[in-house]
Amino acid sequence: MRARTIALALGLLALALVPPLAGVFNQPFYIDLFRRTMIFAIAALSLDLILGYGGLVSFGHAAYLGIGAYAVGVLMHHGVTNGFLQWTVAIVGSAAVALVIGAVSIRASGVYFIMITLAFTQMLYYLGLSIEEYGADDGMRLTTTSQFGGLIDLKNPAAFYYLVLAILVLFLYVSHRMVNARFGMVLRATKANEPRARAIGFSPYGYKLTAFVIAGAMCGVAGALLVNHTEYLTPEFMHWTRSGEIMFMVILGGMGTLVGPVVGAIVLLLLEDVLSAWTTHWQMILGPILLLVVLFAKRGLVGLLPERGRDG
Amino acid sequence: MLLVLEQALNGLQFGVMLFLMAAGLTLVFGIMNMVNLAHGSLYMMGAYFAATFLTHTGNYPLAVLLALVATLLVGVVTEVVALRTLYERDHLDQVLATFGLILFFNELVAVFWGRAALYTSLPTWLGGHLQILGIRYPVYRAVVILVGVLVALLLWVVVTRTRLGMLIRAGATNRTMVAALGVNIRLLYTVVFGFGAALAGLAGLMAGPIYAVQPGMGEQILIQVFVVIVIGGIGSIRGALVGALVVGMVDTLGRAFLKPMLAAVLSPTAAQNAGPALASMLIYLLMAVVLAFRPQGLFPTVRSR
Repeated sequence: MRARTIALALGLLALALVPPLAGVFNQPFYIDLFRRTMIFAIAALSLDLILGYGGLVSFGHAAYLGIGAYAVGVLMHHGVTNGFLQWTVAIVGSAAVALVIGAVSIRASGVYFIMITLAFTQMLYYLGLSIEEYGADDGMRLTTTSQFGGLIDLKNPAAFYYLVLAILVLFLYVSHRMVNARFGMVLRATKANEPRARAIGFSPYGYKLTAFVIAGAMCGVAGALLVNHTEYLTPEFMHWTRSGEIMFMVILGGMGTLVGPVVGAIVLLLLEDVLSAWTTHWQMILGPILLLVVLFAKRGLVGLLPERGRDG
Repeated sequence: MLLVLEQALNGLQFGVMLFLMAAGLTLVFGIMNMVNLAHGSLYMMGAYFAATFLTHTGNYPLAVLLALVATLLVGVVTEVVALRTLYERDHLDQVLATFGLILFFNELVAVFWGRAALYTSLPTWLGGHLQILGIRYPVYRAVVILVGVLVALLLWVVVTRTRLGMLIRAGATNRTMVAALGVNIRLLYTVVFGFGAALAGLAGLMAGPIYAVQPGMGEQILIQVFVVIVIGGIGSIRGALVGALVVGMVDTLGRAFLKPMLAAVLSPTAAQNAGPALASMLIYLLMAVVLAFRPQGLFPTVRSR
């Protein structure tokens, strides 16, 4: 744990230094790249809460990214530019969708759960594709970014960057408190051995569903950030490959750890950036890399760092 | 009324195609306990192989045969190289690894055939129309239905009446016991996987002339096939058949008639907007309803290890 905490602190410090360094070297592109990376880190972190700690293999996490993005985009389309309102709707909306999807899918288990979460996300994707009013498959350009009454200007790249970083740090802290609280312990116990958790008197369903909803709401925030980042709303946010990508970030970094998803998001998106600059067929290289990571490096990159005791 | 009949036949044709996919997927799951996302890639490979062999040989039956063999080989190679080690892993690993395979296959196809959609032309004897019950129906779609029904029957005979089928059923119930009785279970796995791959390839090559042949074509149907086997009960071939027909019908009829039906209730513009949206969500809603009452699907399978 000690080595990981140091790694995390160093990593966050490095992330905080990106905007000034990008300014010095006159490479504003990197602010953009790392901001996107951190937004996905938030999404991956939220998935890790249910995947790594709860054992819920949700293959539809991009749904909440989409709901968060659509909440902002749709309100914007109807002339509501107030960021506080937009983001509240994004959080409440994605939590509500997670509640419905979770309530149906957590009743099932194992491979059913994977397929059902995937199918529901696909349903939302097709819904996004078919609503002409909000751009359908072409997507829709945002008229402006979310307005926070002069408190923070998202048009300012560095300001937006630090907002994303602050939210990431906040969510890391909240997640840390959550997985080490009684709630998180029950969740992890359920993952480790569900019959035993039942036998000592816990009813896992409520805990799992709560975690599922919290994760959905967190990912909704990532969605609201993402649509402000791209200033473009498209159903592609909910495409099922996006869910797979977020899941890969968690595994690549190391699931069941809080640092892991952040590391995974950074490494995967930088890797994509490097590979796609090199060849247009970068997915042909990424695919086998994914396969190899799953087959031979199951504990992820964070698994390479020493850990203290049994604590993950 | 005639339109309803025509759309019902289209629904049947789509259902048959879904069944060919679902049968392979559900067998692989039932026996190896393996979630194979790359099943859609095999469907795609089948379509591309058929299109390519047809341009080179000009002989449709020969092209179909070659495409089936080629897809079977791709399936067997994939199984031996990558998937074999995954059977003992948990579902998360299987999902991610096969997701990696999908990325690989889609790009592979883009490298060899390009990203633009391919259109296959049919031989003239498959291109005409038939008169069925007073409607003009394309010969090709009728042939697809016929082939699908024949394959379903063949599958039924193989699974219930042959030694291979007996081993498959035994493997699905208790694979350790089957291995203990001296059956080469790895070979059985490879055979079943190749078999499923060929079925997916068949669905793909038949889909070619109806839908566009392009990278990523496999994933759209794959997710619908998931809905089919979740509704039918994972691991059950009978469930796959029922699920495929129900999903095929509901999806096709929904797309054709939901908009006019809504127009009778709502305003035309509202129906114009809600119709297509609701139609594309229909099968997922159906799945949610089925799961609410039968969390294990319509035909749950009993397995022991």
